[in-house]
Amino acid sequence: MGNKEHTILRTVCFHCGEDLPALRYQLDDKEFCCAGCKGVYKILSENNLCNYYAYNDNPGQRFNSDSRLEYLDEESIINQLIDYRQGSSSIITFYVPAIHCSSCIWLLEHLYKINPAIFSSRIDFLKRQVTINFNHDEISLRQLVQILIQIGYEPLISLQDVVKENKNADSKALIIKIAVAGFLMGNVMLFSFPEYFGLSGLEQQFQELFGWLNLAFAIPATFYCGRDYFLSAITSLKHKHINLDTPLALIIAVLFFRTAFEVIFKAGPGFADTLTGLVFLLLMGKWLRQRTYHHISFDRDYRSYFPIAVTTLANGKEKPVAINDVKIGDRLWIRNGELVPADAILMKGNACMDMSFVTGESEPVHKVLGEIIYAGGRQTGEAIELEVIKPVSQSYLTGLWNNENYHADRSKQNFNDSVAKYFSLAVFIIAFASAGYWGFAGNTHKAWSAFTAVIIVACPCVLALSTPFTLSAILSVFDKKGFYIKNTDAVEELAKCDTLIFDKTGTLTSSDSAKTTFKGSLSSAEKVLVSSLMRNSTHPMSRHILSELNADRFYTVADFVEIPGKGLHGTVNGLSIYAGNLSLLPSHLRRVEGNGVHIVIDNKYLGSFSVEQQWRPGLKELISTFDNKFKLQVLSGDTDKDEKTLRAIFPAAATIAFKQSPHQKLSVVLAHQQQKLHVMMLGDGLNDAGALKQSNFGVAITDNINNFTPGCDAIMKGSALNLLPAFIQLSRDGLTIIKISFAIAIAYNLIGIYFAVQGTLYPLVAAVLMPLSTITIICFTTLATGFFAHKRKLK
Amino acid sequence: MNILYFLICCSMLVALIFLAAFFWASKTGQHDDVYTPGVRILFDDDPQSEKSEEDHFSS
Repeated sequence: MGNKEHTILRTVCFHCGEDLPALRYQLDDKEFCCAGCKGVYKILSENNLCNYYAYNDNPGQRFNSDSRLEYLDEESIINQLIDYRQGSSSIITFYVPAIHCSSCIWLLEHLYKINPAIFSSRIDFLKRQVTINFNHDEISLRQLVQILIQIGYEPLISLQDVVKENKNADSKALIIKIAVAGFLMGNVMLFSFPEYFGLSGLEQQFQELFGWLNLAFAIPATFYCGRDYFLSAITSLKHKHINLDTPLALIIAVLFFRTAFEVIFKAGPGFADTLTGLVFLLLMGKWLRQRTYHHISFDRDYRSYFPIAVTTLANGKEKPVAINDVKIGDRLWIRNGELVPADAILMKGNACMDMSFVTGESEPVHKVLGEIIYAGGRQTGEAIELEVIKPVSQSYLTGLWNNENYHADRSKQNFNDSVAKYFSLAVFIIAFASAGYWGFAGNTHKAWSAFTAVIIVACPCVLALSTPFTLSAILSVFDKKGFYIKNTDAVEELAKCDTLIFDKTGTLTSSDSAKTTFKGSLSSAEKVLVSSLMRNSTHPMSRHILSELNADRFYTVADFVEIPGKGLHGTVNGLSIYAGNLSLLPSHLRRVEGNGVHIVIDNKYLGSFSVEQQWRPGLKELISTFDNKFKLQVLSGDTDKDEKTLRAIFPAAATIAFKQSPHQKLSVVLAHQQQKLHVMMLGDGLNDAGALKQSNFGVAITDNINNFTPGCDAIMKGSALNLLPAFIQLSRDGLTIIKISFAIAIAYNLIGIYFAVQGTLYPLVAAVLMPLSTITIICFTTLATGFFAHKRKLK
Repeated sequence: MNILYFLICCSMLVALIFLAAFFWASKTGQHDDVYTPGVRILFDDDPQSEKSEEDHFSS
């Protein structure tokens, strides 16, 4: 009863909404968590842009940028980046990962208020792109990027921006085809109506006109809109196998010729309505299958990770050079935090490589002079000089991507194509049988009409539609849960998986929630001393420790020295403080062991900070649901320090391997596939890119979906990992739904065939039967998908 | 009934105009980004900056 309840007011940063540390930055009665956020607010308020905060609470994002932008002054690089240039204005498109809400749109479209040399800027929100039109005589590209960085929207300028691949043209051509097909269908339906309702004697003159008009409309429907089906059928027949497009092409052809025949010889109204309707629906199905979700970009590969330029040394002078122009023998100057773009030999300096990009190993590796440093390593520490021994495109990493394994045709036979064979066969048997029957009865006219009618009515159109409808409904369910699949074909692959391979770092552990722990003890006064020292450093470790200690006051630090890759030391209140790894400590204190940041104050060793990755929550339950159903395996590029923990999580049957190189991971996947297993690989990025790409279903797990993602079939938010069993289950349900809808289609076809074999199929029956069956199927797949999504608790 | 010939021509012409309009819209990229304009239209115009006080005093 005597418990007093305290309401604790937790205030958050005005700009980014993060919790405020004990020491705050204040401006205009508003509180900020760091100098960066305060800086952005200051710029916005000076330019009268505080509306930014009106549309959303705390719209900002915390950032710290230390990008070097000298390369943006190089004419050759500017020309590669700029979309268009005329007179004094240039247009450029940036990819800005930080775009996430309507405030971002508002601010980035008001750039002209910050600098009048910017004429206009427009955002494509889903693609996270901003297109800026600016006056390049008054503002350089580098200044423009600097403005964006100042307001917290650093563009990601990578090799991807230079090596563009245009994938948009295909989908545009399809949309144009759909528009044409819809136009043709509408008009043909209009001219077929009189035929449906019957014409009086007066209107006989029109019957012929409508017939000819319909035929005229059928020509573009067949030869323009339906062209792809013919092409696909021809290529598949060349390869001696039948896909779903083969019977479709056949039906389109038969429909067209019979329509032409009937119109020219005045034998009947023809099937132009069925033909145009069929083509339109087929193209719609194709569009659904192609439609991907724009907020995820699957075409970002290693190029988006590589910088666009690198600093070279020529005659002792630094010069930024575009990556593509780096030649063998060039001297590269790699600073702290920069990436080595090509395999090179260390010539000068103290290399301390973070190879996590390649191996997943987070501890930096020391390299000695003359040693080869592979592309993809990140230098931590002082700047080093390297000599290139392989051009960028032949390097180790790109080799992973362009491994010839991928060019081997995995001949993905989806359900549709495998059914198409039997379907076509059955249709032909029935068609020939009925034609033969009427032929023997001496009625050649009936034989011909029965033959064509069977082929027309036994259309696998429904089959071609049920798959995209079902699978795209499943895709949108997954999409809402943070599981983004590349396309509908991949869903079928997911359903077939029987082997799960996990990478450890970033997949089973979460890269976001690293925990800083201190072994030893610090008094509160000592905490303030350590924080004061750490505050002067921008190293991520220092930041982690600083937020962990959360001191409320700082002292000034004298003689501050930061030795990159090693640590810091300085003097605070007359006490000398060391923080860093062992090599930095005074020699008589080097009896301690271990990695991490060791703290020494006034020649007294106090302990060490270490950052440990956290396992994702619910991991054990997740793995136990897979037990007995899947073959499980863990492949980690890391050392075996977590073996005990992993053994406790995984069942005894699972194999766990450490220190796996990317190529080893790839060969493990290949070995499984040779045993006819369907492999699903879950990894986090580059060091398993090869394995992800080779596996039947590769999932890149990431805690930030804007990050770089390798070539994979799906991207999953780390938080959605626990739903994986439900995802697999739903994809299997999807295949069941497709099979049921196939049965429904067969039932409809049997009704049609009943009329067709008698040679009495009237065009009206065909014209009604097709849309009716299509509508039934679409309703059924939508309802059934919804039902299963509920059942698997995904809705 | 011959008026029907004329009417059919008219209906075809109108339909073709719409088809051409769709081609034009597609070509000029109006279907590229279907999300952002919907957000953009909700932004208010900037409030006029408050200079009124100074304007009233003739120095």
